[in-house]
Amino acid sequence: MTDLTVRIGPLELANPVVTAAGCGGTGRELARFFELTRLGAFTTTSVMLQPRAGRPTPRVAETPSGMLTAMGLPGPGVDSFLERDLPWLAEQGVPAIVSVAGNSLEEYAEVARRLNAARAVAAVEVNLAAPNVEDRGRMFGRLPGPAAEVVRAVRAATRRGVPVLAKLAPDVADLVNVALACVDAGAEGLSLINTMAGLAIDPVTLRPALAGVSGGLSGPAIRPVALRCVYEVHAALPGVPIIGSGGIATGLDALEFVLAGASAVAVGTALFHDPTAAPRILRELEEALSARGIGRLADAVGLAHRPPGHVPPQISPRRGATRPGRASEPKEKLP
Amino acid sequence: MTDTPGRAAGLQTSATVLTVRQVQDYHAMTLVAPAVAERFRPGQFVALAVGGADTARLVRRCLPVYEVKPDYGGTVEVVFDHRGSADPGTGWLASRRARDRIDLVGPLGRPFRLPRDPVRCLLVGGGPGAAALFSLADTLRRRECTVHFLLGGPTASAVFGARSAQRIGDSATVVTEDGSLGGAGTVREALPKVIEESGADVVYACGPTPLLRAVSAVATEFGLPSQVSVEEFLRRTAACGTGLCMTCVLPMIGDDGVTRMVRACTDGLVLRGDRVRWGDLGTIPFDALGAPRALGGAL
Ligand SMILES: Cc1cc2nc3c(=O)[nH]c(=O)nc-3n(C[C@H](O)[C@H](O)[C@H](O)COP(=O)(O)OP(=O)(O)OC[C@H]3O[C@@H](n4cnc5c(N)ncnc54)[C@H](O)[C@@H]3O)c2cc1C
Ligand SMILES: Cc1cc2nc3c(=O)[nH]c(=O)nc-3n(C[C@H](O)[C@H](O)[C@H](O)COP(=O)(O)O)c2cc1C
Ligand code: FES
Repeated sequence: MTDLTVRIGPLELANPVVTAAGCGGTGRELARFFELTRLGAFTTTSVMLQPRAGRPTPRVAETPSGMLTAMGLPGPGVDSFLERDLPWLAEQGVPAIVSVAGNSLEEYAEVARRLNAARAVAAVEVNLAAPNVEDRGRMFGRLPGPAAEVVRAVRAATRRGVPVLAKLAPDVADLVNVALACVDAGAEGLSLINTMAGLAIDPVTLRPALAGVSGGLSGPAIRPVALRCVYEVHAALPGVPIIGSGGIATGLDALEFVLAGASAVAVGTALFHDPTAAPRILRELEEALSARGIGRLADAVGLAHRPPGHVPPQISPRRGATRPGRASEPKEKLP
Repeated sequence: MTDTPGRAAGLQTSATVLTVRQVQDYHAMTLVAPAVAERFRPGQFVALAVGGADTARLVRRCLPVYEVKPDYGGTVEVVFDHRGSADPGTGWLASRRARDRIDLVGPLGRPFRLPRDPVRCLLVGGGPGAAALFSLADTLRRRECTVHFLLGGPTASAVFGARSAQRIGDSATVVTEDGSLGGAGTVREALPKVIEESGADVVYACGPTPLLRAVSAVATEFGLPSQVSVEEFLRRTAACGTGLCMTCVLPMIGDDGVTRMVRACTDGLVLRGDRVRWGDLGTIPFDALGAPRALGGAL
């Protein structure tokens, strides 16, 4: 049996596959397809202070290997979330990573403060891609300063023992600097990446396809960008746990993120295509690890960063893992 | 694609194509999917993945179910518009052959609510959405309701099921805009007369959104309940069909009088016609719960 447990600060997850924020509904919709306890954790849609109707339709456009969405962070607001959704998740016995968002520093902190009333919060994930009203709607995570302020405010408002994760989008000049600032401000982990800004135009109406004009690109189309982000941030901050996301649809995709430096992986858009993707990815990841002779998931985190020259176990598609060899005398011929 | 059985076993299945045929302007595809056929109720839909296992198309296509049959353990027939659609996903569906496999999720959505007593029912359809009315008609007949049809479309070939309606309905009225089949005109124009002649107690409708809007308005004028399937709206807005993505929302007035953005795929497909704010589809009404504040608000 492969040891799949994951540590994120004080939090231990039974396995590394979690849902991505905003992609698992309230949990009830997914629970029709599989037991939520098969997830390492369930990440909620970003919770805001007030109920929000979000953007008008159309909210989605299909793009090559991806989706462009402009949702406008719809949700019932923190009070309804605490009353209806969180207790239900707690009853299922699945750890809940609660994603929080706000239009201002105070709003983030207030949402985090109200969450303290509930025991069932396994971690708080700070969605730093929310628009900052005080800064002309630019997202908080765009610059290290505002990102760190939000993380500090949420950390201060959150009960000790509940880890705070910072979730970052790739559309920034220097992601590593933003990540550093968030960790300095008290983030115990990072979630990489949120969607990237994109646009689609409808050839029939000759207008932008989404009511919100531009939207967030997700799905396998952004996977190489997400991997690059995880790799760079892990290189700079090797001790900080990362939840990797962006187009993960198979166990091998998940393995790539782990090798790049992610301790856990979040599945988002794949759930819309295949509602049972999460347990499948977990099983495929476990198989991929054992085929490579890796007995502990934690041992694989960041393996891709090893210097060249060190020869890892080679994988034969037919025979599985062989023992590690030396560069001069490979046991298996590589294609 | 799915080797993890759904918790509600069969909710997601790899269905086998039995036949794909052209029916007037549309395509009808029969799939072997026993668990779906067993649980299906009139008004529900299925969400199909298109493009095969390694596809670049991630958005599911949500289609109304025309018929379920016990053959081969249970089959499901769906109807879709390929020729009138620029969507390569439905083109892929149209080019499937017998024994091909398609990843199918269903049955999904809330079905038509059924009257408990034998009443007179008027079933109004337009375009491929009319397909959903025929299994409803069967169920209503079994409850000893009378079933009247009103079907419409721009041309004769765009009217789905006119002949079946004539065969199984207590009455069947067909209208086309160009007069190529039945009377010349629109469903809205024909509806008051059909309601009076059939003595309808309730109106069910499935089809394009403008048709549903017209049917709901006329039914309300006559003081009749209307149950409408927002199937076309879902086809245009959905990404998942399972309630996860929140892309398929429309404004609806709740029992408490408050307008909320509800999901067509899980709160529908069938909705009370008088509760949908038809004029506000594609917007967030200013008085909806959680709407951006009109002045000084965020976003
Ligand atoms: C158009 C209309 C006409 C009505 N006429 C009368 C009337 O004449 N006399 C009267 O007493 N009441 C009548 N009713 C009331 C009706 O019988 C129900 O009491 C009412 O619709 C309550 O809604 P429901 O969601 O429980 O629907 P119901 O149709 O009662 O269904 C209950 C639940 O079972 C599910 N369901 C639907 N169809 C089936 C099926 N075929 N098999 C199994 N489960 C199913 C549905 O998901 C629904 O949520 C009428 C209702 C409607 C909508
Ligand atoms: C429809 C949709 C809704 C999302 N909602 C949120 C959200 O509420 N909060 C958040 O932090 N990220 C949100 N995301 C971003 C995802 O959590 C994820 O980071 C991103 O989609 C990349 O992963 P993926 O390619 O696996 O989907 C959303 C993405 C989509 C497609
Ligand atoms: S289509 Fe995804 S929630 Fe309705």
